[in-house]
Amino acid sequence: MENVEKHILSTKELTIGYGVKVVAEHINFSLEAGTLCGIVGANGIGKSTLLRTLGSFQPKLEGRIYLKGKALEDHSPSEMAQKLSVVLTEPPASKNLTVQELIALGRQPYTNWLGSLTASDKEHINQSINAFLLNDLRNVKCHELSDGQLQRVLIARAMAQDTPLILLDEPTTHLDLYHKVQILKLLQQLAHENQKTIVFTTHEIDLAIQLCDKTLILDGVNNPFGAPCELIEQHHFERLFPSEMIQFDAKTGTFKVNK
Amino acid sequence: MSHPRSYRLSFVLISVALCLALVLNISSGSVSIPFFATLSGLMGKPLEVSSWEYILWDYRVPKAFTALLVGGGLSLSGLLMQTLFRNPLAGPFVLGISSGASLGAALLLMGTSFLSSFASLSFVGDVSLAIAASLGSFLVLAVVLAVAQRIRDTMALLVIGLMFGSITSALVSVLAYFTSAESLQRFIFWSFGSVGNLSSQQLSLLTGIVLLGVLLCILSIKALNAFLLGEHYAQSLGVSLRKSRWIIIIAAGLLAGGITAFAGPIVFIGLAVPHLTRQIFDTMEHRILVPAVFLYGAILMLLCDTFAQLPNSVNVLPINAITSLVGAPVVIWLLVRKRKMIF
Repeated sequence: MENVEKHILSTKELTIGYGVKVVAEHINFSLEAGTLCGIVGANGIGKSTLLRTLGSFQPKLEGRIYLKGKALEDHSPSEMAQKLSVVLTEPPASKNLTVQELIALGRQPYTNWLGSLTASDKEHINQSINAFLLNDLRNVKCHELSDGQLQRVLIARAMAQDTPLILLDEPTTHLDLYHKVQILKLLQQLAHENQKTIVFTTHEIDLAIQLCDKTLILDGVNNPFGAPCELIEQHHFERLFPSEMIQFDAKTGTFKVNK
Repeated sequence: MSHPRSYRLSFVLISVALCLALVLNISSGSVSIPFFATLSGLMGKPLEVSSWEYILWDYRVPKAFTALLVGGGLSLSGLLMQTLFRNPLAGPFVLGISSGASLGAALLLMGTSFLSSFASLSFVGDVSLAIAASLGSFLVLAVVLAVAQRIRDTMALLVIGLMFGSITSALVSVLAYFTSAESLQRFIFWSFGSVGNLSSQQLSLLTGIVLLGVLLCILSIKALNAFLLGEHYAQSLGVSLRKSRWIIIIAAGLLAGGITAFAGPIVFIGLAVPHLTRQIFDTMEHRILVPAVFLYGAILMLLCDTFAQLPNSVNVLPINAITSLVGAPVVIWLLVRKRKMIF
């Protein structure tokens, strides 16, 4: 706990779940600024539950979560909104918003009681729009966008919220390979160039290995955490799935189907 | 959000339309007063016939003002419900909120004769009518919201609203069966809906309620915009969900309940106007929509009331018949053009 101040997000012996039902326990990791971290694991192992707990949409069961050195539960809603932004799997309730309107909502934690945008707010919005290649789509309504475009808009909104930490729940589902890579590349760029800490859940383990700085593997036992190459050396990916069906190839960092 | 400037012209036009609708509404009625005489009367000049002056200032102007408040307030309440329920077909009437208000009013108007042994209850004042109707609408709104938390399906929610409407009207029928003819008549006339015949005390009370509802609505503008993304996103933007949700419910309940108490259960305005408004103001930004919807609702209500007057005739149609004729096609049009259901 000595350098808890330096870490943007850290957990200690975290247990997550619903009420009395424990979904995952012994989750320990800590992330510094400018880190892209992927959370991988089998279906139902608790990736989304973990992300929802980190975003304080549901209470943790045990352990501690620190956000910039302060316990997560000690944050007021407005304080939290300036430290943590989210991209969820659920689509926005109203798809009648234009791209620019939706991204502008990311500035709410900083605007006055009416939500009026200042010059600095507008600059943040423009930066996000440009970073996610949305300039041509500014005035397009969200229901007219493709899945990949909408995902970029939602991430741009999180970027406009200008928080040190961004949480994303399965940002690459429903996308083709090209758009999966595009999204992850943009996230990597956002983490490294803007010094954001970005945590996302994903099923794209091979992409996560190639692009992430850190990976948290939820395996239902001790949940190893570290740089992808360290985890490969320690043979953690092998234990992710039953080996009779698929096997992990440590040389290429990919899974192979057993013939 | 993007460019509030580009709607300036639309606001000017809609304000001019409101003034025209007001003058048109005031100049028509059972007694024929020439249009220009009405206009000069409104400018404060004395009129040639003294009874005209009385009709103008003691009947028509208060009635027009009531119609303005009723139309604007109900539409605003519809907008609040559509955003809160994330449902384009939500509105005070469809969700059974108006039925709740009816039940409250019925309990007060007819239940008091039912419970006549309690002498103190036989007094039915304006304030108690407003309170009873508002309480009834709050009750239904809270129950519907609780159900909506579990059921995300648009159609299911509407059917539930209709069922609440049936339950409350059944309860009203039971009350009607046991009540005195006099109270029943009072209730029936109330349920036709009317924006006329409000005493100055009633009108000032209605004004107060609508102002309070509008004020709460304005205070909720930022939260309403955040709710457009869904509740989780709203929470992540720093919106205090519980508090904002309650303020919006209270605003919607006050507007729907207070207005229903004085003008009767007026149908379709709350549901249709937000959609009609978006045909002109193509935005979801509540800083634009809140004033635009209020103005549009006021215009539509004034026009409906003008038609209900049947110019130069003593007959006045029930206002509900007119608003249904206007509103029901809008709902059908919405359902047919599914794209517009995207809220």
